[in-house]
Amino acid sequence: MHNVDLAVIGGGPAGLAAALAARRNGVDNILIIERDKELGGILQQCIHNGFGLHYFGEELTGPEYAERFIEMVREENIPYKTNTMVLDIQADRTITAVNSREGLLKIRAQAVILAMGCRERTRGAINIPGDRPAGIFTAGCAQRFVNMEGYLPGKKAVILGSGDIGLIMARRLTLEGVEVKMVCELMPYSGGLTRNIVQCLEDFNIPLKLSHTVVNIHGKDRLEGVTIAAVDENLQPIEGSEEYVECDTLLLSVGLIPENELSRGVGIALDPVTSGPVVDETMATSVEGIYACGNVVHVHDLVDYVTRESETAGYHAAEFIKNNNGASGSEVHRTIPGKGVRYIVPQRISNNSLLKGFKIFFRSDKVYVNARIAVRCGRQVLHSVKRQKISPGEMEILDLKPSHLENIEVSSLAENGLTIELEY
Amino acid sequence: MEERKLTCIVCPMGCQLNISLEDGKISSISGNRCNRGSVYAHEECTAPKRMLTTTVRVIDGFHPFVPVKSDKPIPKEYLFKCMNLIRAIKVKAPVKSGDILIQDICGTGVNIMAARTIPRAEKQEVS
Repeated sequence: MHNVDLAVIGGGPAGLAAALAARRNGVDNILIIERDKELGGILQQCIHNGFGLHYFGEELTGPEYAERFIEMVREENIPYKTNTMVLDIQADRTITAVNSREGLLKIRAQAVILAMGCRERTRGAINIPGDRPAGIFTAGCAQRFVNMEGYLPGKKAVILGSGDIGLIMARRLTLEGVEVKMVCELMPYSGGLTRNIVQCLEDFNIPLKLSHTVVNIHGKDRLEGVTIAAVDENLQPIEGSEEYVECDTLLLSVGLIPENELSRGVGIALDPVTSGPVVDETMATSVEGIYACGNVVHVHDLVDYVTRESETAGYHAAEFIKNNNGASGSEVHRTIPGKGVRYIVPQRISNNSLLKGFKIFFRSDKVYVNARIAVRCGRQVLHSVKRQKISPGEMEILDLKPSHLENIEVSSLAENGLTIELEY
Repeated sequence: MEERKLTCIVCPMGCQLNISLEDGKISSISGNRCNRGSVYAHEECTAPKRMLTTTVRVIDGFHPFVPVKSDKPIPKEYLFKCMNLIRAIKVKAPVKSGDILIQDICGTGVNIMAARTIPRAEKQEVS
């Protein structure tokens, strides 16, 4: 048995930032466990620009953003194991992992930070009928092939889903000489950032077909084409609107799911909307001593926010270790997604949070223009702020300061929880 | 007179800009909710530029490709020309983040630099 103070599962942006924050808060014996052959996570395949504007105040590519944190981890001499897969975590924070050099590993940690990220939804997850030929990829998988391994997935592509990865891949494939015929989006709005729609699609005259989906897949060995159709307000294909599009490649950018098999195994409570652990404002999960951060908690739009959130997790995991594994014992209350709000992280807040303030991350259920975000406890409105535009593609952040929270009645908070809602 | 439609990307509002051009010069802009939209429209209509990110083949590296980026935005009409040039070159590992791999690409005054470090491939251990 190998003993550590803190085990961090996952060496992507979340794990790296969490480990660094824990080290800077006085934890010596840390181990980062990563299943890929190097640190950095999915950032290593996101070679486009635009990372780090909030955190570093400059625009970096994914690999540059990752390298800064990898360098800091090296400078701090934080140990890490690559090519190592965690198989199981127990509630006593015993971790079972495996790699080809050391075989089976048992690691006992005082605290664990979950930073496993997320994975892509596949064709199976959205049930597209039709043949099962080669040439159907998730967008992120194609991104790894193109940017890291040097393979093009095909010559004529249709992209289903207008999330950021789909948009970025439309541009990337176009630059590499692939004909991107169109991007289809089931919803009446894009799930991606506006700047990506402009710079990845409009720049190259790639049509974005809103309220359209793929209803059939054709091809025996290799994909030969897809049938697309318009959808009605209930997202059902409209009969008669079908159109055949010849292509040899279909990329799916149809959503990401936090990767929580390990969390489920240890009995951590999950939020059915985010598919990630229920956390409090310190990023503590429902199992004592286990913290979570980054895309394993909820899918973020910007890595800068992943870093900030992970620093919170790392800092508080360090506090937990320094306090001899003592949980704060502070009373815990619910946050409640109100009108127009799809989910909130954190789902729980403690009494301690009222004194220090905390950040609320949330996503709306659709696009709102000139809406007001209101924070209330029962009928008491604590804070309200106007936004010109709120869309599900861009995560909203509310910074609740102690001054917003000082008039809150703990008994009312216990009874009513803290509601975030949109007024429009 | 020419009419152009642009989506402003300065902030998340994404204003739809309607621009009238006379002899390549902007005569009027509408649809922008603030002045930054008009600055954006001027840039886009007179000299649109984009950052270019792609990859370069690496010999004997830990990975077969290194991500690269332009150190400044490139005039939009040069993007595909630059891609053809970048696709044709190879570099030998190790590559350091920030190394300039192509200087003054296509006469644009822009350099193409490595966006990460690629060490040499690890020697295969014989066991």
